Amino acid sequence: MKIDHYEARFAGVGGQGVILAGKILAYGMVSFEDCRAIETPTYTAQVRGGATKVDVVIDKNHIEYPRTEYLDFFLSLHQKSFNIYFKDIKNDAIVVADPNLTPKIPENIPQKLILVDLIEIAKREMGKTLYSAVMAVGVFAGLTRIIKESNIQKAVLDNAPKGTELDNLKAVKIGIELGKKARKSKEKIIKLSIDDVSIPESGK
Amino acid sequence: MKKSARFYSGAELVAKAAIDAGCRFYGGYPITPSSEIAEFMSVMLPKVGGTYVQMEDEIAAMGTIIGASLAGVKSLTATSGPGFSLKQENIGYAYMAEVPCVICNVMRGGPSTGLPTALAQADIMQAKWGTHGDHPVIALTPAYLEEIYELTIKAFNFSEIYRIPVMLMLDEVIAHLSAAINLPEKESLVIKDRRKPSVPPEKYFPYDTAYGDVPPMANFFEGYRYHVTGLSHDKTGFPTTDPELVQADQERHLRKVNWKKNEIVDYEYYLMKDAEIVIFAYGSTARAARVAVDNARKSGIKVGMMRFRVIWPLPEAEILKLCGRAKAIIVPEMNMGQLSDVIERYAADRTKIIRINHVGGVPIHPTDIHNKIREAL
Amino acid sequence: MAFEYEKYLRMDKIPHLWCPGCGIGIVLKAMLRSVENVGWDKNDISFVSGIGCTSRAPGYIDCNTLHTTHGRALSFATGVKLAKPDKNLVVFSGDGDATAIGGNHFIHACRRNIDMTLVVVNNNVYGMTGGQHSPTTPIGYKTNTTIYGNIDPTFDICLLAKAAGASYVARATVNKGRVLEKYITKGFQNKGFSVIVATANCHTQFGRKNKMSDPISSRKWIESREIPLEKARTMKAAELKDKVITGEFTTDEAETTFWENYNSPVHEYTEAYAKIIEKVQEK
Repeated sequence: MKIDHYEARFAGVGGQGVILAGKILAYGMVSFEDCRAIETPTYTAQVRGGATKVDVVIDKNHIEYPRTEYLDFFLSLHQKSFNIYFKDIKNDAIVVADPNLTPKIPENIPQKLILVDLIEIAKREMGKTLYSAVMAVGVFAGLTRIIKESNIQKAVLDNAPKGTELDNLKAVKIGIELGKKARKSKEKIIKLSIDDVSIPESGK
Repeated sequence: MKKSARFYSGAELVAKAAIDAGCRFYGGYPITPSSEIAEFMSVMLPKVGGTYVQMEDEIAAMGTIIGASLAGVKSLTATSGPGFSLKQENIGYAYMAEVPCVICNVMRGGPSTGLPTALAQADIMQAKWGTHGDHPVIALTPAYLEEIYELTIKAFNFSEIYRIPVMLMLDEVIAHLSAAINLPEKESLVIKDRRKPSVPPEKYFPYDTAYGDVPPMANFFEGYRYHVTGLSHDKTGFPTTDPELVQADQERHLRKVNWKKNEIVDYEYYLMKDAEIVIFAYGSTARAARVAVDNARKSGIKVGMMRFRVIWPLPEAEILKLCGRAKAIIVPEMNMGQLSDVIERYAADRTKIIRINHVGGVPIHPTDIHNKIREAL
Repeated sequence: MAFEYEKYLRMDKIPHLWCPGCGIGIVLKAMLRSVENVGWDKNDISFVSGIGCTSRAPGYIDCNTLHTTHGRALSFATGVKLAKPDKNLVVFSGDGDATAIGGNHFIHACRRNIDMTLVVVNNNVYGMTGGQHSPTTPIGYKTNTTIYGNIDPTFDICLLAKAAGASYVARATVNKGRVLEKYITKGFQNKGFSVIVATANCHTQFGRKNKMSDPISSRKWIESREIPLEKARTMKAAELKDKVITGEFTTDEAETTFWENYNSPVHEYTEAYAKIIEKVQEK
């Protein structure tokens, strides 16, 4: 990792798999990027459909404060979680959201905003919306370069349930490509849809 | 830490440390935010031939671990605020009957159902005074994942050495936190077991003070056939109402911990040498405080921290000394001032006490503490 | 030859604290004879109790004895049993201890069908606390808290135990110590959770308020209410009002109904757990 300290939050509703996204990222940072990372999930009482988030704090050195202070990255897969967890975000941070499930993002937020139809893409390309979370960490990697493309792929593979490795790999690759596309754009608000998906070579 | 790192959550570390400390029984009841500990134990215990049972309620869970410990098996239960309240009667039994066991409380906001999924340090006083009557208390408050492992083992050791229930007080921040950590080599661990009687059954008294304040403990089914009761009892274990015997026994119970305080108290000084402003903190709150101390030091403010790894008993003499010396004292807590009240008594108007009390379910931020440090100047 | 109770008693703790004529002594003796019947070693038995008159019994028995908190005896005993599944656990409880404050533990111990025997001495009243009504005080009777006549409906402890899953359930009165002995012995032999209810007199607290303040009249009252199961089966429901059915509730084929088959115990808990350990360790 090139910078000393980085804070990311993946937010959504229970059942979308965002907690797993945090786990994969923290695992990848520690395992392949030679830095420290902690990961803290937050649940609410409603297991399915309740707002949930996972925070990942990454640092070159020991992490003292065990929570996030100011976020560099915020991703939301649902309006509910956006409303609750969109706070303490740096002005130069990156905000990613699924516009279909997070339709009410204030227009005047200072951060760079990337609207990706993650759920729709997961459904169409993978057949399951559950892959949107793995796709999200791919977007994170392609967009921020905090973790190398190859390393996030390794992290995804290490955390994939047996038999789902190839699908997970495909999902993370789709995410990475989308992230890279957004990274190249100079616009303040970037919209990415199914038409922007470039299918990576399958598996292997 | 190249290659694949092993991530541990705080909850998993409690379970892992318990098993490494020799715990082979877990009796529990599901409650947020401590349920993960039960889940880990249910997976891990059968692998080592131990037993996990989920009971019908918190009270029963506490009963089972006392029973299992009497049968010679080190035992753990985990719970959170309301469950900790429910367990208190049987916790008192464990004090009275001097049965070693460990109760882990992943604290949450209260009173009552309160904030089930949010963080708090709401049970610091309940750990001390939760059950009725006087009793010796040991309560540990880890702040780091490595420390959860270390102090869980210590909790079992204390319980075995002093024959008391020991409180392992986690806050949700570290219980749910995951990170890659290195655990100590198993060979390097110091594991203590209860002292067994050295006399034959006919000469054995379960509460015999001839061997010191902590009587040797025979396990059930080993031929000693003694009686255990929650009633005030004499050295034979049978009920007594003799005022002198009851008084002496109560005093001995308190002495078990009070006289060994030096071996139990556990704290850490951070940049205290020249500190004029002193922060007293414990648990995850101390980590925010440490960041705040670092930040304040950058602007030349002489501030330091005393962090308690063991919250009960407190190192009185050291606190008293600091209260006399400090220009101001800051006590950040995720409750309405349970430790602050105690510190205030020690300070006795000699110095200003600044409280930071968050009970809304969000952590105390380093900036919150930094602001108070500036206020203290 | 007279039975040597001294062999199982802590004679230095006698005399006991129960009132003269109390029924608990009869149950205790039946229990000790049952221990002899099954040949258990004293070192391998743990007698566990909660709070109340009945719960003082373990103190007099020479084995590993555990006098716990009110209502919680079954939970402590469950811990002991799970820690040492090869040992013999007996819990001694009263009607208030077992079915009021300990009601939750009672039904769940039945449900688990954990291998131990619970003996409930049912004297229809809270004796030690001074004669208040319990979940088994019959309707209309007086106690210190139902001086105008009890309106609080009762539990039938045997039916409760059976419905909750206990694999051996029986009831006898203290008027028939030998029958009690037979049932308790069978309970000890049953690999699973056994509940034996001993219908007993508390002339001191319950009798005093209901014009039977001596042991004889209290026992006669018990006798007048007792209906053996075989006879009960021939009677109409209305005739069984205010009666106490005695006998074995779980072993009688005629008692097995569709619902009982549907809801019969699946396994004994410690055996099932031992299989889990075996399965996990095989991997």
